[in-house]
Amino acid sequence: MDMREIQELIPNPAVEDMNPGDTVKVNAQIREGDRVRTQTFQGVVIKKGGGGPSVSFTVRRIAHGVGVERTWMIYSPLLQSVEIVRRGKVRRAKLFYLRGRSARDARIKEKDRPRPAPKPK
Amino acid sequence: MDTGIIGKKLGMTQVFAEDGQAVPVTAIEAGPCTIVQVKTQENDGYQSVQLGFGYNKRLNKPKTGHLKGLGSFRTLREFRVDDLGSYEVGQQIDVSIFSEGDIVDVTGKSRGMGFAGGVKRHHFHGGPKTHGQSDRHRAPGSIGAGTTPGRVLKGLRMAGHMGNERVTTQNLKVVRVDAQRNLLLIRGAVPGAKNGLLMIRHARKAPRKEA
Repeated sequence: MDMREIQELIPNPAVEDMNPGDTVKVNAQIREGDRVRTQTFQGVVIKKGGGGPSVSFTVRRIAHGVGVERTWMIYSPLLQSVEIVRRGKVRRAKLFYLRGRSARDARIKEKDRPRPAPKPK
Repeated sequence: MDTGIIGKKLGMTQVFAEDGQAVPVTAIEAGPCTIVQVKTQENDGYQSVQLGFGYNKRLNKPKTGHLKGLGSFRTLREFRVDDLGSYEVGQQIDVSIFSEGDIVDVTGKSRGMGFAGGVKRHHFHGGPKTHGQSDRHRAPGSIGAGTTPGRVLKGLRMAGHMGNERVTTQNLKVVRVDAQRNLLLIRGAVPGAKNGLLMIRHARKAPRKEA
């Protein structure tokens, strides 16, 4: 038996396929004592890493003037949904250079989207 | 003690627990095994069941006779049992003897490292890398005093053959049992290389929860 067959990885349908540079909105479960609630975290994907069942992604945002980064595993059952808010146009796979930048310097251009079909008049 | 099962190490991966924790697991293809012989106190001086596992294309004459009518097995292994009661020759043993959450011991043959030095074999620190050192980087250091005792004490840790020996890892937790695919997922690492032969038993030292 091959190792890859051991676990069928079922992609979470609520997790959209993201790329570094995209702005995403993550809804993830967190535990506070014995209470479970959903927390929303919105920011820029600065890296995707790992392989097989351990693929992960890291989202960076500025909260109250402080840079915050959070990492989740893509197959994690804690992820309730990941929506893409905006597709970014970037030229590298790891956007660690954003850490040294702020405000205007940390902007990412939006990726050209395929134009929606013209509305019928 | 009940009988265990013979298996093959497939490799490691990870699964998610319900609370989102990633759990490192070793995947083992275990069984199905056939009971080939039941050894009794009267006949053999001890009690055990002998299991056959895998498939062998060619058997020699003695084995052909021993396995008459049971099939052709690559490996035979014995498991000591306290109560021979329900075991019969020809009976099948599969992974369903374990269930999720069971604590097990896993025995295998560790990976052979060949003739290994003290740094690798006993975690010696080796010598300084700089300050005029030559040829001392991975040396074991002093191996004893001088004229008294005038010899090297027995059992002193030195370089030598490492690995390729029987190792048992105790008290590992069964994370998942897949009877359809004869698959066991066991938390943590297990002795031996991929494709190595393993014997899996209920843990000796952990209390059994009765089903």
